Amino acid sequence: MKRFIGFIKKEFYHIFRDRRSLFILFGMPIAQIMLFGFAITNEINNVDIAILDHSKDATTEEIINKISASKYFSIHQFMDREADVETIFKKGKVKAVLNFEKDFSKKLIRDHKATIQIITDATDPNTANTISNYVNAILIQYQKDWNKDITIAYQIIPRTRMVYNPELKSVYMFVPGVMTIILMLVSAMMTSISITKEKELGTMEILLVSPIKPIQVIVGKVFPYIFLSVINAIVIVVLSIFIFKMPVQGSLFLLAMESILFIISALALGILISTISATQQTAMMISLMGLMLPVILLSGFIFPISSMPLPLQMISNIIPAKWFIIIIKGIMLKGVGLQYLWKETLILVGMTIFFIALSVKKYKIRLE
Amino acid sequence: MNNNNVIEAQNLTKMFGDFTAVSAISFEVKKGEIFGFLGANGAGKTTAMKMLIGISKPTAGKASVAGFDVYKQAEDIKKNIGYMSQKFALYDDLTVKENIMFFGGIYGVSRKRIKEKTAILIEELGLEEVANQLVGALPLGWKQKLSFSVSLIHDPKIVFLDEPTGGVDPITRRQFWEMIYKAANQGTTVFVTTHYMDEAEYCDRVSIMVNGKIEALDTPKKLKQQFNVTNMNDVFLKLARG
Repeated sequence: MKRFIGFIKKEFYHIFRDRRSLFILFGMPIAQIMLFGFAITNEINNVDIAILDHSKDATTEEIINKISASKYFSIHQFMDREADVETIFKKGKVKAVLNFEKDFSKKLIRDHKATIQIITDATDPNTANTISNYVNAILIQYQKDWNKDITIAYQIIPRTRMVYNPELKSVYMFVPGVMTIILMLVSAMMTSISITKEKELGTMEILLVSPIKPIQVIVGKVFPYIFLSVINAIVIVVLSIFIFKMPVQGSLFLLAMESILFIISALALGILISTISATQQTAMMISLMGLMLPVILLSGFIFPISSMPLPLQMISNIIPAKWFIIIIKGIMLKGVGLQYLWKETLILVGMTIFFIALSVKKYKIRLE
Repeated sequence: MNNNNVIEAQNLTKMFGDFTAVSAISFEVKKGEIFGFLGANGAGKTTAMKMLIGISKPTAGKASVAGFDVYKQAEDIKKNIGYMSQKFALYDDLTVKENIMFFGGIYGVSRKRIKEKTAILIEELGLEEVANQLVGALPLGWKQKLSFSVSLIHDPKIVFLDEPTGGVDPITRRQFWEMIYKAANQGTTVFVTTHYMDEAEYCDRVSIMVNGKIEALDTPKKLKQQFNVTNMNDVFLKLARG
């Protein structure tokens, strides 16, 4: 036991004396959560639009006022000629043009219909889509106000309610994802690098010749990272609660336990990577390509799994991060307990056991 | 087993698939002896040594180190030997003192004893001024000497040195050998691989491995007589060329 404590002390010296690993351990989580929380967002705010108003009558003015009053749009300029639309998009600042047809009010009253053309810059399809939806929503609202004294015989009124994230804040989606990425990065990449470092330096050989047992070496190497990952998880949760007002509806204890489970599975992956790579560079490349990319692309963090082609959907099932994201979203946003998450938890437990068994086996083969 | 022998090997063999890295070697090393284990690169020295220090299982044959069987008692062997590899293997990001403490610790040396040892060691090596500096900042020669001292921290019966003087200057090599003599005089058996033939002259007995077999084993003096040459270099060349 005394040997083991000495070993862990040494491991902390390594970590705290290396600026690079310190940055990855503590700078990265904070930087990432801030970045995703503030900068990267798929909500739209103050999008610059241009108005091409061929009528300039009372109705169009009212509509334009409504649009410019919303926080989503700001009117960048008023245009006169249809031909300028192309130039204005090419300049890049304006993302949408609203084109009111001639005699808008008159047509509306006489024919009961008038047209607004919404032209959007679809170089970014998501934003274009969102803009057109928002404009539509404002128009529908305006139309309703206009018609409020008239009753239509048959009417279907959709009442949408967005549960668990009524304001559709994207930070609710990013926090679970970032937490997953950070825990994966710290646990798997950092441990695989720190173990291969010993191999590369030749100190691993010295350790294996010493009376300290191989299992003690490995546990001693990963233990500090369990500790640091837990601290990271706490930092992320605290930041998201206090800065981004992310709710934690469910039990904090369950969240902590599930996080530790995920950390252990990531550590096992890290050990596995270290057994198959000879140098720190290889370990880092394998961790980045083999772990980070799938976590970002296939875990459902950014791209919804249900809209992926079937083969990718199947692959996503073997990615531990997918299950962990489901679990933390469930706990934080829906406030559900183990009775709803037991399946995902069990899958994660199974994967962890599998990874540990595999890395122990690989590690033994390597010793021969 | 002869009480005077601390290492005994009989027909010790290691195969990797079809390739025989070490082919039925037999030898013994006496207590307090400096035993030179020579051979060209790839002759099987390191593989043979790995079997003796308990990190590689032999394919066939028998061997015991410090009275323990290499098959069944590898853990006991590990407690009784010191090892220094050809790669410099202390931690660059730990100080001189921290390295000594750490390695003393994993060999289970008591804290009190480590403190005493550290003081003696630092004084002997003249490292007083850099004791609290990171090892990475030391010159290679100092690192090698420190590394050797660290491999003796738990007073092992046998110390295995795998090409310990690779890449250091002649003066440091000389000092290094003085340290080896000192350890041997205090009763530690030294098992050393090298391919510097002048170093072979310093050994009590040498064995020369060619293609996985021990082709010669005797004192440097007798080997020179046997091959009718004036130095070990020529002995080696004659053997290696077959």
